[in-house]
Amino acid sequence: MADKVLMKGNEAIAEAAIIAGCKHYFGYPITPQTEIAAYMAKRMPKIGGVFLQAESEIAAINMVYGVAATGHRVMTSSSSPGISLKGEGLSYLAGADLPSLIVNVQRGGPGLGGIQPSQSDYFQATKGGAHGDFHMIVLAPASVQEMADLTVKGFELADKYRMTSMILADGTMGQMMEPVALDYEIAPAPEKPWATVGTKMAREHNIVNSLFLAPEELERVNFERYERYAAIKENETMYEEYMMEDADICVAAFGIAARVAKNAINEARKQGIKVGLIRPITLWPFPEAPFKKAADKVKAVVSVELSMGQMIEDIRLATECKVPVSLCNRAGGMIPSPEQVLEAIKAANNGGAK
Amino acid sequence: MVVFDKPNALADASMHYCPGCTHGIVHRLVAEVMDELGIEGRTIGIAPVGCSVMAYNYFNCDMIEAAHGRAPAVATGVKRAEPDSIVFTYQGDGDLASIGMAETVHSAARNENITIIFINNAIYGMTGGQMAPTTLPGQVTQTSPYGRDVNHCGFPIKVCEMLSELDGPEYLERVAVNNVKNVKNAKKAIKKAFQNQVDGKGFSLVEVISSCPTNWGMTPKKALEWIDEKMIPYYPLGVYKDRTAAKEETK
Amino acid sequence: MAKLTFKTDKCKGCGLCVDVCPKKVLVLAKEKINKKGHHPVEAVNEADCIGCAFCATMCPDCIIKVER
Repeated sequence: MADKVLMKGNEAIAEAAIIAGCKHYFGYPITPQTEIAAYMAKRMPKIGGVFLQAESEIAAINMVYGVAATGHRVMTSSSSPGISLKGEGLSYLAGADLPSLIVNVQRGGPGLGGIQPSQSDYFQATKGGAHGDFHMIVLAPASVQEMADLTVKGFELADKYRMTSMILADGTMGQMMEPVALDYEIAPAPEKPWATVGTKMAREHNIVNSLFLAPEELERVNFERYERYAAIKENETMYEEYMMEDADICVAAFGIAARVAKNAINEARKQGIKVGLIRPITLWPFPEAPFKKAADKVKAVVSVELSMGQMIEDIRLATECKVPVSLCNRAGGMIPSPEQVLEAIKAANNGGAK
Repeated sequence: MVVFDKPNALADASMHYCPGCTHGIVHRLVAEVMDELGIEGRTIGIAPVGCSVMAYNYFNCDMIEAAHGRAPAVATGVKRAEPDSIVFTYQGDGDLASIGMAETVHSAARNENITIIFINNAIYGMTGGQMAPTTLPGQVTQTSPYGRDVNHCGFPIKVCEMLSELDGPEYLERVAVNNVKNVKNAKKAIKKAFQNQVDGKGFSLVEVISSCPTNWGMTPKKALEWIDEKMIPYYPLGVYKDRTAAKEETK
Repeated sequence: MAKLTFKTDKCKGCGLCVDVCPKKVLVLAKEKINKKGHHPVEAVNEADCIGCAFCATMCPDCIIKVER
């Protein structure tokens, strides 16, 4: 067991990425994720890796695309407005079936928004994020330890399924310090016979491409991609359940909101309310099964979000309208307090949830 | 004795370009250079968005299709990850000088050790003949139907001249492919641009004045003449930067 | 005398080779139509060919092989 070290969430992501074998990082400064770039700028030259500050978010994601095409592990990080700029690249990465890791340390929006924590890029992250039919694997850490763990996991899943993994964190997760154990056994990355590293005059040329002018062919690659997505839904969905065994009320929250929610749940339990938590760790694929199960047991669901209510739509789909689902939220960079969540739990318990 | 045949690095595929379009000549020159330098097996080409979007089918080396304008950023990633590879981008004027200008300028400023083949035919071909950043003043296109009015939409961009102001790039040359002599000069420039990369010298860009008979509304022959009459006077051929040569001169 | 070989089916009939030939060896065959629907190039007096390869140099589709 490795010793624990005190790290910022953003730094934990950066160090975990290096441990996972990522030797290429491209980024553009934006608050509140700049520590990742700063960490990489220091570390990469020491380990024979590449840190390059790109001229824009757009250039950074396309540098990622270039490295990904050669089969090396590669990442970029940004925050909400920067991720919007990367959208084009995310779509091309998906269309060309290239693995990469993208970190979004979210801040309030829309537009330039603010620089305080937010979860309002949930739709963007889980529903595609740019043009065309595609998904990213979206991982939502709720501790500094998970910032690191899910970064390693993200690289592994990206390689396994030839797609983008996104760490969907927020300003709080990025900035907070906690003890972390960076103790990983890194499996060798899978063979990448598709990589464009030169034919060595020993094989047909590889082409990394997302253009398919024949609609039959484009349809075929889309259907094939969605077969992979189905396998991911089947095999890679992750979530945590907390005190759900006897729960009458289900709180749903991810990331920092889940930590606040746990405090509120503990207080509610003290007051005799049977309440539990479902914390999605993969936001895509969304953990439908525990919500479907909960819908037959609980009398209401409360979705705690740092947004105007985005995950709540997936909860409603998963619970098939069998129980009322209410929203307990703050937005624009504000974080719900445990008291606010407790009030929402009480209201739901009293049948106040609609 | 074979005097002339298709280079090995050029695929046997039938190219989709319009009759008389000089893209094909430039493709062949790039492939000839790959053959002559013996680099096909370690070369990775980056295709743009535009008429040459399907260039990935025409070269036998590994190929990547980039988003519109982003080829120099993609090339940067490839070259940084595989420093022993030879990386080139092949881009048109809309791709390189309009939507991708930032990527162009910054890869030049970084002296990224890559080779850029820049086709300037003063028009957007693939989308049917719209005004390009290099469309000449007064030139009629689908989106400048009364001729490019510089008071309304500004002046053409002279890419080699502009980049030559940067300290970064190693080599910038403008050539044309409208006659045998110019094609031979273009070949020399393209070869030098690849040789520079092999030698680790850095960013090399060859701007090729090219024709678009279809969207210029001319016969292939007339289009080549128009390059002499209109294009070259505005875009003078020549070496705009050659850092190695400049160093040797000052010795 | 030089020998010219054409990949006739890939010819787009642009005529750049015809224009550039110093010996007027080449024509577009008006009576023929290739797979692409173009009048392809052909050599009408190959005996005059000096093997300069100007035609091949200007051919955008790389369909001409020149031997001497």
